[in-house]
Amino acid sequence: MIKSIKTWILVGFASLLLVACGQGGGGAGSKKSKTLENTKKAGFVKCGVSQGLPGFSNADASGNWSGIDVDVCRAVAAAVLGDADKVKYTPLSAKERFTALTSGEIDVLARNTTWTLSRDADIGLTFVGVNFYDGQGFMVRKNSGINSVNDFKNGISACTNTGTTTELNMRDFFNSKNISYEPIAFEKADEVVQAYDAGRCDTYTTDKSGLAAQRTKMSNPDEHKVLPETISKEPLGPVVRQGDAVWEDIVRWSLNTMIEAEEYGVNSSNASSLKDSENPAIKRLVGSEGELGAAFGLDNDWSLRIIEQVGNYGESYKKHIADTGILPNRGPNQLWTKGGILYVPPAR
Amino acid sequence: MIFKKFSIENKKARDLIPQAITVLALLSVIIYFATNAQINMGNRGISFGFGFLNQEASFDITFSMIEYDGSHSYGRAFLVGLLNTILVSAIGIFFATITGVIVGISRLSDNYLIAKVAEWYVEIFRNIPLILQIFFWYFAALRALPLPENGISFYDISFLTIKGWYIPKFIWTNFNIFLLSIIAAVIAIYFINSYATKQREQFGKQIPATIISLATLILIPLITFLFLGVSLTFEYPVLKQLSPTVFTYAGGVSIIPELIALALALSMYTATFIAENVRAGILGVGKGQKEAAASIGLNKNQILKLVVMPQALRIIIPPTTNQYLNLTKNSSLAAAIAYPDIVLVFAGTALMQTGRAIEIISITMLTYLTLSISISIFMNWYNKKMAIKEK
Repeated sequence: MIKSIKTWILVGFASLLLVACGQGGGGAGSKKSKTLENTKKAGFVKCGVSQGLPGFSNADASGNWSGIDVDVCRAVAAAVLGDADKVKYTPLSAKERFTALTSGEIDVLARNTTWTLSRDADIGLTFVGVNFYDGQGFMVRKNSGINSVNDFKNGISACTNTGTTTELNMRDFFNSKNISYEPIAFEKADEVVQAYDAGRCDTYTTDKSGLAAQRTKMSNPDEHKVLPETISKEPLGPVVRQGDAVWEDIVRWSLNTMIEAEEYGVNSSNASSLKDSENPAIKRLVGSEGELGAAFGLDNDWSLRIIEQVGNYGESYKKHIADTGILPNRGPNQLWTKGGILYVPPAR
Repeated sequence: MIFKKFSIENKKARDLIPQAITVLALLSVIIYFATNAQINMGNRGISFGFGFLNQEASFDITFSMIEYDGSHSYGRAFLVGLLNTILVSAIGIFFATITGVIVGISRLSDNYLIAKVAEWYVEIFRNIPLILQIFFWYFAALRALPLPENGISFYDISFLTIKGWYIPKFIWTNFNIFLLSIIAAVIAIYFINSYATKQREQFGKQIPATIISLATLILIPLITFLFLGVSLTFEYPVLKQLSPTVFTYAGGVSIIPELIALALALSMYTATFIAENVRAGILGVGKGQKEAAASIGLNKNQILKLVVMPQALRIIIPPTTNQYLNLTKNSSLAAAIAYPDIVLVFAGTALMQTGRAIEIISITMLTYLTLSISISIFMNWYNKKMAIKEK
């Protein structure tokens, strides 16, 4: 009896070793898109989003996510799986987001993430584009008498999020102005808002879109204002893992399709009726000309599905950012043809 | 004959083979994970190395015990975080121990009110998750504190506000001499005490060692003030206006509210467990011991101090060591309320800015391991010292 138990233990160890060896060496980098295959197999797109930022990625009471970042993931799902709702959202803190992506827990990171050189080049990530041009600003109490960043004086305390470019910009800014300040960095945006609201800090600094969105969460939003100055460039965009060029292209062109659709006036309600349009660019967008989808192993209606199910960029912006009162004015996030800087390469 | 030596019948071999297999299996699992991580990191273009520790950190930290700003390295930022972790753990352990001992003894008090209050304290604070207590002290208690312009003033030299507790700053001249005098005093006290013990044990002479020690501790440093040019002045915090409605204090030292809230939560929470250890220790001392002590005429305080506590300590110390370790590890919850401990500064911000997850998490884990083992070693030494010595 004792002998047989021992045998079983040995067999157990041996099989454990075999299993371990069998799984070794898995990783991305093959010519076919492993991520695309896995996504099709799983039946949903694994998408990393924020822990709640109105307008960008925010869950309602019943757990439905919405926002312009969420729409990027929905566009990818519509293109790849044919259904924009087939997305599994993983809320991530600023700290967790890149590890979640490089470890394969998610396949697309659409979480108001700033595109910087070191992030793009150093840690195994690839930024595929920009879906929101932002810049860092400051929020103060209206009655503080501070009307511009020039009114900041030595000893001011500033609350922000940890693990973000914000923390670095803040230092650059105060150093360049030669102002000593007290930085208080929290892990979650909700805690920053609470601490600022309680009076722990005199100013709250993050991306201006974030300030506008978080202001709605304050106990009395009308008591606060955002200072006019912008102290940094914050191009926010979706990110993928380095090493899967096909998947990278799919995400990039899903976003580009939404912007290009707006440029050509194609939206969710008129897309299918434009199949016989006279403009070849529009015909390519709605899939009635060319074989563009084949380039990354998709059918020809991939872009039509994006426009029909998710809408073009303008629709997405209006629905999530403008109509919610976060930033009614599109500013730089307007098409290049209308005075903004949204400009994507042609889909042809 | 020679076969028998290696056969399964041989007891030594029978004992050794399963152990060897276990070690081998464990090693293969570790090697498998290490190589797999390496392959995957290679595939994804992530490099591995510790060179980043010398790079400029370029982020600032609210609170640091050593000189630091963003132009220092990530290695220096690590040190700042580590010292902050040690600081809050030390403060937490200090107050948890004092509170724990008082509450533990109070629970055994004959006074109904004291015993009940102590019992309620233990039951409430040990049954609420620590993170909620931290949030409570930080967000609920913080909101109750006034803004700087209405700060709670202590004799106009210290102010408690929502932005922190501002206390006077000590400005020393010839601090080194003062420090040396303290060290000299401590050494002197050690000799006085061992002399007193010897006198008591050999000749039964009672020397008032405590009073002499106290006098030494005050007198020697006092001499440095009077004759050796040591002096101390204070820089008091002064209210400063930054804008029509924004105020802060300039000068003095600011104890940030994050530190206060975290230290408070950690010590209040851990004190409940220490209190239970103390109660168990005291109850663990035989009733006969107390009765015997009473019969030779010792009063209640003497019984506690001379008879019960020395024996109870042997029961109290080992589980209390665990509590000290828990407190130190729990201090990592600091990140939730922006206290810049090692987790927030190094495993948080530095990890984000460099993206070196594996390196940074390994360093952080190793640091906690080292901290915990150091506490363990110290407490084991103390435990041995307190163990019964047969005479």
